[in-house]
Amino acid sequence: MTKAKLDTAFQTVEKVGEKAFVPYIMAGDGGLENLNESIRFLAESGATAIELGLPFSDPVADGPTIQAAGIRALEAGTTVQAVLDEVAKEKDNRMIPLVIMTYLNPIFAYGVEAFAQSCEAAGISGLILPDLPLEEEGLVVKALKKHNIALIRLVALTSTQERIQALAERSEGFLYAVTVAGTTGERASFVNQIGAHLQALKEISKAPVLAGFGVSTPEHVKELSQYCDGVVVGSKIVDALNRGDKQQVADLIASRKEA
Amino acid sequence: MATYPTETGHYGDFGGRFVPETLMPAILELEKAFKEAKEDEGFQEEMRYYLKQYVGRETPLYYAERLSKHLDGPRIYLKREDLNHTGAHKINNTIGQALLTQRMGKKKVVAETGAGQHGVATATVSALLGLECIIFMGKEDVRRQALNVYRMELLGAQVVSVDQGNGTLKDAVNEAMRYWTANVEDTHYIFGTAAGPHPFPQIVRDFQRIIGDETRKQVIEAEGKLPEAVVACVGGGSNAIGMFYPFVDDLDVKMYGVEAGGKGLLSGMHAASLTEGKAGILHGSLSYLLQNEDGQVQEPHSISAGLDYPGVGPEHSYLKDAGRVTYDAITDEEALEAVRMLSRTEGIIPALESAHAVAYCKKLAPVMNKEDVLVVCLSGRGDKDVNTIREAHETGGDLHD
Ligand SMILES: Cc1ncc(COP(=O)(O)O)c(C=O)c1O
Repeated sequence: MTKAKLDTAFQTVEKVGEKAFVPYIMAGDGGLENLNESIRFLAESGATAIELGLPFSDPVADGPTIQAAGIRALEAGTTVQAVLDEVAKEKDNRMIPLVIMTYLNPIFAYGVEAFAQSCEAAGISGLILPDLPLEEEGLVVKALKKHNIALIRLVALTSTQERIQALAERSEGFLYAVTVAGTTGERASFVNQIGAHLQALKEISKAPVLAGFGVSTPEHVKELSQYCDGVVVGSKIVDALNRGDKQQVADLIASRKEA
Repeated sequence: MATYPTETGHYGDFGGRFVPETLMPAILELEKAFKEAKEDEGFQEEMRYYLKQYVGRETPLYYAERLSKHLDGPRIYLKREDLNHTGAHKINNTIGQALLTQRMGKKKVVAETGAGQHGVATATVSALLGLECIIFMGKEDVRRQALNVYRMELLGAQVVSVDQGNGTLKDAVNEAMRYWTANVEDTHYIFGTAAGPHPFPQIVRDFQRIIGDETRKQVIEAEGKLPEAVVACVGGGSNAIGMFYPFVDDLDVKMYGVEAGGKGLLSGMHAASLTEGKAGILHGSLSYLLQNEDGQVQEPHSISAGLDYPGVGPEHSYLKDAGRVTYDAITDEEALEAVRMLSRTEGIIPALESAHAVAYCKKLAPVMNKEDVLVVCLSGRGDKDVNTIREAHETGGDLHD
């Protein structure tokens, strides 16, 4: 059920000829008690799925904005268990699929099997682990499969053809196309070949292809969505929510309709 | 013992390469370049040349007679890595990795540094080989190792001060990894210790094993036998693994790795990952790690910037679990006392890192025989620490008896 929810969400968007929009928020940033409200707000604004960041002390794939959000969340006492408990509360009346993005260590400390089980119980659909390459997947795949959690793979601009093929074949939920060489964070523009790169990924991927890292304006959303199935927007959303600018978030999500 | 790592970079349950996909192609390229270089006589020849003519190897294995008498214990020998060019063992690794950088056709290098020794050693070989060099260093370390910052700049490197976290080594590694991720196409990351994602732990060990290889030969020449014990300090673990590796199969040689006990293990303010941590993933490998219940990495503490790191190389975790090496901790205070002890008995001011290993001799002396041989890896000289030592003295630590 959990994994299927994600597939259904993307199919629904595709059926009506629209593009997907997946916002990222940092769980616990702005208080864990507001988490479910934020999720509802993003769902009502038209998000296709939500990427829920679990804070980690040493997020090497993240730029300054998400690093700062993680520090705020940790300082507020956010724990893996507390986030899962909070999310589980509204499991039954939540339509929008949730995907967790975090680093391996908090999960390893929790216990991989226990984590997968708790995710299933909390109605989580998928997991993104930026520090888990193909080579080390063995650590988590069995537990995730058992509990119906999609393991979303990331492809990079530097990935070789061979690796792209392997990642595209395995990815569940969606294939996360990292659009910059570097960490998360706002960017002014993308490399020229980005369109061709995304189109090539679409050719070989069974799962939808979503572009993420650096996507920060309605123009980016429109530009990148032409070549693939939609976008993931992180730092810009985290920053706007931290400033209390919900309108900017809603506008950004609405821009998917123009794509 | 079996040879590690495996093809996939694992040491038993430890090791691996937990890095973002963006870095994986570079990690695989590095692995290939390293394998080829190992087999290439030309590369080995070049290494030997620079190590002898530029670094000043081999370093002496010095019989510390007055120290031995002072402690009334075994015959203590010091492996003088402090006499290397730039004053520590770090250059054994940087010279090798800089040559690898050239082999891979890259012209830029990035590195992290704690004490500044690895940064200086990287800046040095960059100047030597004409590589562009950028060094990330925690803000707190920039403060306590100001002279080394200036040294790196003098050598032509750009030093970036890192504000995040405690502003120490862990934070510097995070930023260096982020920089590498963004510049991986033309930049090599000269990792400074035997940790990080595979193949770094293996590369660093293989470039540092010259410490143990020389020691083995020298101690046999001097004493006609292998030592009863060897001691080295452990930050990320490069000088220690360099010293230990050639002795791993000599089961009669006891090995001791000394971590930073900071203000004492009970205080929670220390950097003793192997002694107090549990398995976890940081900076690309699975190894013992200081972390809380929720898998958040804990801020370490040590008076010695080079040991102020919450993780440790995966091979040490393996050797610990295999029971082959004993890991223990020495406090800031004990290390400071050892600085004084070695300075006054032998006229050698050790680096604060190395002082942890020296301090451990005091613990071993009473349980060893007079005719036993104990080798200490003196990983670096103390010039860089004189200010820190003076500050500690002025704020309470009494340097006089
Ligand atoms: C002199 C000296 N010894 C030891 C260390 C600790 O590093 P490792 O454990 O990698 O040898 C350092 C690190 O900066 C150092 O400068």
